[in-house]
Amino acid sequence: MKVRILVSLKESVLDPQGQTVRNALHTLGYHQVKDVRQGKVFEIDLEGLDRAEVEKVIPEIADRVLANPIIEKFSWEILEA
Amino acid sequence: MKFGVVVFPGSNCDYDTFHALQNVMGQETVFLWHKDHDLRGVDCVVLPGGFSYGDYLRSGAIARFSPIMREVKKFADSGGLVLGICNGFQILLEAGLLPGAMLRNKNLKFLCQHVHIRIENNRTAFSSAGHRGQVLRIPIAHFDGNYYAPPDLLSELEKNKQVVFRYCDEKGKLSEEANVNGSAHSIAGLINRQGNVLGMMPHPERASEKILGSEDGKIIFSSMIDYLEKKRGTGKKKATRAARPAVTPLPPLIGTF
Amino acid sequence: MIDAKTLADHNLTREEYELIVKLIGREPNLTELGIFSVMWSEHCGYKSSRVHLKKFPTRGKYLIQGPGENAGVMDIGDGLAVVFKIESHNHPSYIEPYQGAATGVGGILRDIFTMGARPVAVLDSLRFGPLDQPENRSIMDGVVSGISGYGNSFGVPTVGGEVYFNECYAQNPLVNVCCVGLARKDKLFLARARGVGNAVIYVGARTGRDGIHGATMASAEFGEETEHKRPNVQVGDPFKEKLLLEACLEAMARDLIVGIQDMGAAGLTCSTTEMAAKAGTGMEINLDLVPQREAGMNPYEIMLSESQERMLIVAEPDKVEELKKIFTKWDLEAVVIGKVTDDERLKAYFHGQLVIDIPVKAVVDLCPAYRRPARTPAFLRKVTRFRLPEMPSDLNQVFLQLLASPNISDKEWVFRQYDHMVQVNTMVLPGADAAVLRLKGLKKGLAMTLDGNSLYTYLNPRRGGQIAVAEACRNLACAGATPIGVTNCLNFGNPEKPEIMWQFKQAVEGIAEACRRFEIPVTGGNVSFYNETEGKAIYPTPVLGIIGLVEDTSLVPSAGFRGAGDVIILLGENKEELGGSEYLRLVFSEEKGQPPALNIEKEKRVQACCRQAIRSGLVRTAHDLSEGGLAVALAECSFKGPRPIGFQVKLDDRLRTDALLFGESQSRIILAARKEKARKILALAKKMKVKARIIGRTGGRKMVIWHRKKKVVDQPLELGYRAWKNSIPDYFKVKKT
Repeated sequence: MKVRILVSLKESVLDPQGQTVRNALHTLGYHQVKDVRQGKVFEIDLEGLDRAEVEKVIPEIADRVLANPIIEKFSWEILEA
Repeated sequence: MKFGVVVFPGSNCDYDTFHALQNVMGQETVFLWHKDHDLRGVDCVVLPGGFSYGDYLRSGAIARFSPIMREVKKFADSGGLVLGICNGFQILLEAGLLPGAMLRNKNLKFLCQHVHIRIENNRTAFSSAGHRGQVLRIPIAHFDGNYYAPPDLLSELEKNKQVVFRYCDEKGKLSEEANVNGSAHSIAGLINRQGNVLGMMPHPERASEKILGSEDGKIIFSSMIDYLEKKRGTGKKKATRAARPAVTPLPPLIGTF
Repeated sequence: MIDAKTLADHNLTREEYELIVKLIGREPNLTELGIFSVMWSEHCGYKSSRVHLKKFPTRGKYLIQGPGENAGVMDIGDGLAVVFKIESHNHPSYIEPYQGAATGVGGILRDIFTMGARPVAVLDSLRFGPLDQPENRSIMDGVVSGISGYGNSFGVPTVGGEVYFNECYAQNPLVNVCCVGLARKDKLFLARARGVGNAVIYVGARTGRDGIHGATMASAEFGEETEHKRPNVQVGDPFKEKLLLEACLEAMARDLIVGIQDMGAAGLTCSTTEMAAKAGTGMEINLDLVPQREAGMNPYEIMLSESQERMLIVAEPDKVEELKKIFTKWDLEAVVIGKVTDDERLKAYFHGQLVIDIPVKAVVDLCPAYRRPARTPAFLRKVTRFRLPEMPSDLNQVFLQLLASPNISDKEWVFRQYDHMVQVNTMVLPGADAAVLRLKGLKKGLAMTLDGNSLYTYLNPRRGGQIAVAEACRNLACAGATPIGVTNCLNFGNPEKPEIMWQFKQAVEGIAEACRRFEIPVTGGNVSFYNETEGKAIYPTPVLGIIGLVEDTSLVPSAGFRGAGDVIILLGENKEELGGSEYLRLVFSEEKGQPPALNIEKEKRVQACCRQAIRSGLVRTAHDLSEGGLAVALAECSFKGPRPIGFQVKLDDRLRTDALLFGESQSRIILAARKEKARKILALAKKMKVKARIIGRTGGRKMVIWHRKKKVVDQPLELGYRAWKNSIPDYFKVKKT
């Protein structure tokens, strides 16, 4: 099963990388861009687990390893079963 | 006193720290290999700077799962002295031995330069050889040294006097400019509640010899040695575990100069 | 059957192809053709440069290993050897600045530790187009981040180098990386596949389709097609390289290795054929055993992949298990992929079939060498005949303008992104004339510098080459160091054009002559041709890397003034030479005239005098004069001390004031000393037949220069400092919206 996990900084934490990208987009004329938040994408291929197990293990992996809960939040989606 | 310097894959200030402790400070020093489960009877563990596991994921995020870190945690829980320098500080944060987290430097660049830090609390095992308000000149070299903690945690840290070092200017004044990486409350060094685990971004091992431009880093090492000697002197120290033979047959760093 | 298009794709001529057929006695298959194409490329085969590179002096009293190995080696006493080399990564850095520069660092690091040395310093010479164009800023930002990202993580300090800007590099930036390593003299390793029956072991990262044909690409001009070559760029993994370093050094320390070579440009091809050819042996490998990152790779791809962080090791069969254990300890793969044979052929099997069978000597040693035609370029007459423009009225303002020129201004924005202190040996930090490393436990130290002025070389390649050597040595002299060995990186345009070939030949001869006169051997280096975009070549840019030995590190002076009241001494003579100066370029937009003259004997005396004064403990500050001339050098001394400090200088030379202030006459050094020691320096200079005089004093909050009783420069220290300090950072300031 393929799962995609998105990790990004919490709203309360300043994201200077996102701001820099936003500023760069503005200088290029994309003034419609209101805000940019930068994050990381993980694509994980799991085997031998059913959907319920995946739904249990993914948040665990994300919380324990992939994201640092003090500064980061995560979301995830199943890409293919 | 016996110091142990942990070697993670990607550590690169391990030998520098070893050199400062053994050759400059005259202390017995051993390397501790990340895959080992044994602290070899050391009095103090140092997590050195570098890029453990390439800092891939997040700085220090993978290193905290190393076998040796379980031992370091136990050691710290039982009151053992632990110093984390730079990447070592990041690992301590990731491992939960110190509170908070690190963000990218505010200018989004790696920063290697001499900075000034002010001793905020000299009543710790890591700063007693200096005086409160003393300004030290010590280099930093990091990409993720922008300390972050939520507001309530910050006020708790301040209340408990856990901030040991703050970035400042030459004269000891705090400013946005002197706070080069953008750390919350200009925090450069932080201690745990119990007072036995310290993390700091500046590299004291790079400021321990006159020929390198500063000897201020020795204040940190001297404080630790003083503390350990006093602790031993009062006989409170538990009987040292017999050091088992080195699990790693060769010192991990060969041909260092 | 190999058709014309296939040959063109491989950058081989019909004649070269016919030679290949003759050498192997049949038509090559595509994989074999690929092998010849990379090994006979300009990058690996030096086919246009070889006849000229022979002119370099390659013997010297400290020399252990000259050209022909992965790096040069010098004996520095106490059982220690210094291993060093420079390499270019120009084209990859244009295509993908971060990865191009990063893998440039990775490649040169492997060249050093493959010889048994631990890399202890990196220096880099960077050249970009002007910073007012955003593309150039973005290239520079990427390159600096790439060097920083790789070197910092690996744990080697980047201690120095140079950064220059000129329109000619706008679409062809130069990234030259020099690495210096230290080894025990009795523990050096060579790339030799000795011992028939020995195992051939592949270690490090897996092979993917990275940079296939990167080595050939690096030798082709840029054009529209460059865009399509993008996927060929390799990605570096500094973490893996650090593990590879530790594992290799550990295996070497335990005497488990017979021969070793890194797999850089041309990967498995280069390492197998070269190691066998140098040992007079052959090699038989099974391509199925090569660890692969991607599925379905064919022999061509496996042989030509440029995946990074890989090494090829030859070891005795009974040592293989121990060797594997070491690599496992460092979480690396080590796989036996073949053995050393006695037939001087490279044979490779794939899915049970023999897919490569070629004589290694043909591949390695029989690459044709061309004596390409050379012709003096027509433009030279136009640019060297030149009348000086009238002197601007406000030289005080020009002084500030020069301080803010990115070619002169502070480079801290660059070097503070590099970890320049790791390994705790760096005692003179970046920004000085030469970087200096202490050697732990010894009184002596190592000094190192990179230098080259391409504008001089453009106007007069022979003299430009000579000056590059002289100035690099002068940089070392300012640290009190004696030069002992040279590496060089020669960046030029398309050698098939006679004008470019002429520049190359002239520059090489100039460098060769200067090295001979300075008695320093050239231990190797790198030639980078085809630095052209849409037919327009860069200025000829030889970059010299020179290593020096410091007898007593406690006497190394600072490049900046250390306090008020010091006496400022000028060694050497001021002349009316403005040709090729930064002043003419910046103020009049003229890149014209003859570069300053160089009298090598005089230069040597000035340097010897500087060294002697330092060794006698007389000198507090030493700084050489280069771009921007005397006034700029004085300002740099002001800014580079522990804290900025002013000066008062009086000059009475009968010269045009602009030439006196900003002319770039060679063989000059500024010294500063305590009053009582200054007299001794003058006496020493007199004895050594070097012109020397007191020109002023340090102190105050102003920079003031008098010329024949007229105040010609008078600037508040703070203003000058800000102009110098903020110039480059201001270009990179993020605009807040």
